[in-house]
Amino acid sequence: MEHVIEISNLVKAYALGGAVVRALDGVSFWVGQGERVAVTGPSGSGKSTLMNILGCLGRPDEGEYLLAGKNVSSLPSSELARVRNRYIGFVFQTFNLLPRLTALENVELPLLYGGIRGSRARAENALETVGLRDRMHHAPNQLSGGQRQRVAIARAIVTDPAILLADEPTGNLDSKTGRDIMALFDELHRQGRTVIMVTHDPGLASLCTRQIHIIDGRIANGVPAGEGN
Amino acid sequence: MLFFTTCKMAMRNLLANKLRSLLSMLGIIIGVSAVIVMLAVGAGAQARVLEHVTALGSNLIMVMPGQPRSGGVRGGAVETLLPEDAVAMREKVPGIRGLSPVVRGSGQFKYYNRNKQASIMGVNSEYLRIRNFSIDQGRAFTDLEIEQRAKVALLGSDTAKELFGTSPAVREKIKINGQVFQVVGVLKPKGTQGPFSFDDQALVPYTTAMHRMLGTDYLSEIDIQIVEGVKQAEVQIALERLLRLRHKILPEKEDDFNVRNMAEMVAAVTSISQTFTLLLGAVAAISMVVGGIGIMNIMLVTVTERTREIGVRKAIGAQDRDILVQFLLESTVMSSLGGFLGVVAGISIALCSSWVTTFSAVIEFRSGAMALLFAVGVGIFFGFYPARRAAQLDPIDALGRE
Repeated sequence: MEHVIEISNLVKAYALGGAVVRALDGVSFWVGQGERVAVTGPSGSGKSTLMNILGCLGRPDEGEYLLAGKNVSSLPSSELARVRNRYIGFVFQTFNLLPRLTALENVELPLLYGGIRGSRARAENALETVGLRDRMHHAPNQLSGGQRQRVAIARAIVTDPAILLADEPTGNLDSKTGRDIMALFDELHRQGRTVIMVTHDPGLASLCTRQIHIIDGRIANGVPAGEGN
Repeated sequence: MLFFTTCKMAMRNLLANKLRSLLSMLGIIIGVSAVIVMLAVGAGAQARVLEHVTALGSNLIMVMPGQPRSGGVRGGAVETLLPEDAVAMREKVPGIRGLSPVVRGSGQFKYYNRNKQASIMGVNSEYLRIRNFSIDQGRAFTDLEIEQRAKVALLGSDTAKELFGTSPAVREKIKINGQVFQVVGVLKPKGTQGPFSFDDQALVPYTTAMHRMLGTDYLSEIDIQIVEGVKQAEVQIALERLLRLRHKILPEKEDDFNVRNMAEMVAAVTSISQTFTLLLGAVAAISMVVGGIGIMNIMLVTVTERTREIGVRKAIGAQDRDILVQFLLESTVMSSLGGFLGVVAGISIALCSSWVTTFSAVIEFRSGAMALLFAVGVGIFFGFYPARRAAQLDPIDALGRE
């Protein structure tokens, strides 16, 4: 299996009130193409820090991060922005759609930042994939929570990224809508997308092919793929 | 495409906070419109003054009694100019095309039961040409009439209208201060200058005015028209030398007369209006800075409010430059919209003011364009700091903030 993500010995420390907190303390694992991985752990365990680094929003202090074969651990921030644009699709707990843009415009935006031609048609296709073609000219506040998250997922997949990073994607939804969204992730997974999902919910985590459990900045469970690094 | 979307976004954000946007634009709107109005009125005033100066006659030099630089002293109060001075000027100073002694007075005009108060100008026959008057009906004075101190009068158009209405005035007899004068002609209308009307007066031979009406040996003024192409300064120096000699003024003493020319007056008006413009420029600059600070303030608030949006944009791949451009565009759209509204408001106020008052406003395209350009500049300058702050936000911090 091709490795989309390979990280080794990630360390990230923060100065917190004079003390240095190692949010990540030597984390290593890899994720294969088309895998569906859950990252779990109590709050304060360092999983958010891990997600930020996986999403190229921040850089590790130490260690190496290869994303789609490219070392991104020490890129300058303009390069990181390009990597985020091209290789990563974010899905947030609170959707984070831009309120003054229509659904279609929201989905189109990553393509515009990437300078990609034919953005309109691609955005329409992405909305089609999440089943919202008929709502594409609606503003986010005219959509239900589930629909908003679908738009957000469309925005995440429109650039055809190497990984989808979802942070509690069902956390703000009722259980039925949450199940619909999870079904959508199933569908995307079946289409061959690599999904990494942060969640508290053991039920959701169990739907994934693999779980990475983080406690105190270290991987706590025996992860077959991560072992031996 | 991105730029277009960004423009659209900027407009939507401004429209979403209409009151706030309007209030932040207000500084620019007021500043720009004030400048446009004042520039228009100033230019109108200048144009009007220059128009009158030229109406007085080009190449005109006026010699008046009294010391130079003593603004208030004028006319009959100081008696130094004699008709002989005028004769001597004509004989000895080269470059003079025409010359007229002037004696000022005022009188009660009477024609049957109609009464009128008007000013009397004692002049010679060349005065009409020097001062750009033309005759509507009748004729000018003859040299003989001047020599004989004849009681003849040329009426200004308003004076003639008030005394005679529509009936012909020429060859009629009127009384001026109780003396009978024959009207020999009526002048064409010429307009007013400040409180003084060129049309509300009567011209009589200066000899008549001096000896038969006012009882004076002195002149109020000597008007001189110089030959086209001759330097005014040269004529002026020659005039001054001649008068000092004739008036026996010792070298260390000041002149007892002063010589003014139209070029000087034009220069004075121009320099006043330049000062005015400079002052306006300062006012404009201050109001632009104030407006700019208003915009900067609101942009800082906007950046804080939209921190999360900035985080999302960065997460999906916006470069720092994209964020910078976005917020710069918003501040610039706001300031240029303010500038545009200011120009519109300024032009409307200027037009209204020239419509309501007698002041004519001259709206210069240049001042509007400059004001707009300035407004755009202000938007970029004062929007830069907030935009840079937005661009430099850390994506993790920005996403984490509610």
